[in-house]
Amino acid sequence: MPELTYREAVRDALSTAMRQDDDVFIMGEDIAEMGGSMGVTAGMLDEFGPERVRNTPISEMALAGAAIGAAVQGMRPVAEIMYEDFLTLAAEQIVNQAAKHRYMSGGQVTVPVTFRTQGGAGWSPGAQHAQQLEAWFVHIPGLKVVFASTPEDARGLLWSAIYDDNPVVFFEHRTLYPLKGDVPEEIEPIPIGRARVHREGEDVTVIATGRLLHESLKAAEEAEGDGISVEVVDPRTLQPLDEETLVTSVKKTNRAVVAHEAVTRMGFGAEVASVLQYQAFDWLDAPIERVGAKFAPLPFAPVMEQFVVPHAEDVLTAIKRTVGKA
Amino acid sequence: MTLAKGDLQDVLREMLLIRRFEEKVEERFRAGELPGFLHVAIGQEASAVGVCRALEDGDVIASTHRAHGHTLAKGTHPNELMAELYGKQEGCSHGYGGSMHLYDVERGNLGANAVVGGGLPQITGAALAFKLRGEPRVAVSFFGDGATNIGTFHEALNLAQLWTVPAVFVLEDNKWAESTPESQHSPIRDLSDRAKAFGMKALKADGQDVEVVYKTARKALDHARGGEGPVFVHLDCVRFHGHYIGDPQVYRDKDEAKKLAETRDPIARLREKLEVSDEDFSALDAEVTEIVEASVEFAKAGTDPAPEDALKNIYA
Repeated sequence: MPELTYREAVRDALSTAMRQDDDVFIMGEDIAEMGGSMGVTAGMLDEFGPERVRNTPISEMALAGAAIGAAVQGMRPVAEIMYEDFLTLAAEQIVNQAAKHRYMSGGQVTVPVTFRTQGGAGWSPGAQHAQQLEAWFVHIPGLKVVFASTPEDARGLLWSAIYDDNPVVFFEHRTLYPLKGDVPEEIEPIPIGRARVHREGEDVTVIATGRLLHESLKAAEEAEGDGISVEVVDPRTLQPLDEETLVTSVKKTNRAVVAHEAVTRMGFGAEVASVLQYQAFDWLDAPIERVGAKFAPLPFAPVMEQFVVPHAEDVLTAIKRTVGKA
Repeated sequence: MTLAKGDLQDVLREMLLIRRFEEKVEERFRAGELPGFLHVAIGQEASAVGVCRALEDGDVIASTHRAHGHTLAKGTHPNELMAELYGKQEGCSHGYGGSMHLYDVERGNLGANAVVGGGLPQITGAALAFKLRGEPRVAVSFFGDGATNIGTFHEALNLAQLWTVPAVFVLEDNKWAESTPESQHSPIRDLSDRAKAFGMKALKADGQDVEVVYKTARKALDHARGGEGPVFVHLDCVRFHGHYIGDPQVYRDKDEAKKLAETRDPIARLREKLEVSDEDFSALDAEVTEIVEASVEFAKAGTDPAPEDALKNIYA
């Protein structure tokens, strides 16, 4: 089984799709010669040329809207929004246009566009370059939302996003780009809407996305040492949500922690907690714990930034609380 | 390229049909039969008909919240449009859209947009798709002067010119952004300058003269289709009525609107040019009025969607 970094996995999905399908092309700021601000598209200009690896001006409304317009004509564009924070600039086109064309037209329009974006703290960019805004987009009927946390998932899910006939907002986490992992020899599409159980356990289920999946796996290892058996599940796609896998896990363990890097208040974990309490109420032995960023913009000074966002120890503390060992 | 006399007769008929259709919409809205938020383009029929007539099969348009005329001119049957305004399944958006979201994709109408300027970047994108695939098609966006202040306008034009895509941007400059006059919303008097600032070819024309609109649109479309890049078509238009149906227009001099309706009516102008007699005009009027009345009957007899149909068509 070959090993790829998360960055290479994203690139491999893009390049493979572009090799086999003229309708797939990519566009975004600095994605051509520079290879993208995160290096994801490095080398793609040489292979595919400037018509299909399109550098755009710093112009999120136009690049998002142009991708939507091309998608409505049957192409499968992948637009890169350099930082999640800049999704706010493209939000009108994504939220009011891409998400609603099919509906407003009574089913006449198909919008097979993918918006790739990334974010995440841990490198002190301050308040405008590392937010985690995935929950905003889960709130919009008409959009699908993916958050990949491993190389295999990034590749298989991005493939599915490109070939989905709906607009997909595809979140990547900045700190995961160098992460290495095994991937299948050939791309195996991962269906949108299916969670992944990363680790089986008996006492508590941790449901985590993005960087927090890896923090949760670390916390689970530590908890094991304390005699607590932890199951770790990554929903991978936030909309649609694989409720069945999450609920089944919690019915087995009777306890749940939801964890993400985004601000806890109104974060995606709130929705997961709601699903669990409603569908597994009689199975729960403890309140559902939530782990997320404190209610503050991301600060610059590293000590403050580290204080605001959650880490493995926060997940561990939450795990212990659910079993009464905190 | 100009329109032959027979075509002009048909143009007159089409403009009159749109006029009578919109008058009927106003009437039925005031009678409480039509839900929602409606905007008529009475007075601006020449722009819709002149531009859409110049299009080739395969060309696409994106419209605005003031979309009835564009929709009819792009070929949607009045029955389907009226049914949409009544929220019926037989409507051109099957009851999901309404007046501000009229679609007819089969006929190249990619949708009316209720967000001012919302459709422009997507027209740039549609044109990009045509260019990438080597298809001789043009994507056309309609918008008003109010839209020239919003970011999507500037970003969409910039990108279209940068990438020399086959797009035509049609400004229907009626001098009003809802209730705000152009003097209060734009620091420059000639809005073509905004397109020229991107290096875009800009053509200006009297939007109340359908022949001039047609000729200008043809020129713009030929330029875009020929691979020479997008064109900005600046039409000097007049909105006879308020922003929305029921708008008391407290912000506007009543005499001004009345005078403009008397002096710059595109239908009266073409009728005069074609020397249509009172008798012939009455016959034409009766013919289109009958079509409009039939559309109301069709719509009223249409099928109401089931409430739970609201959960369909969210995803492909």
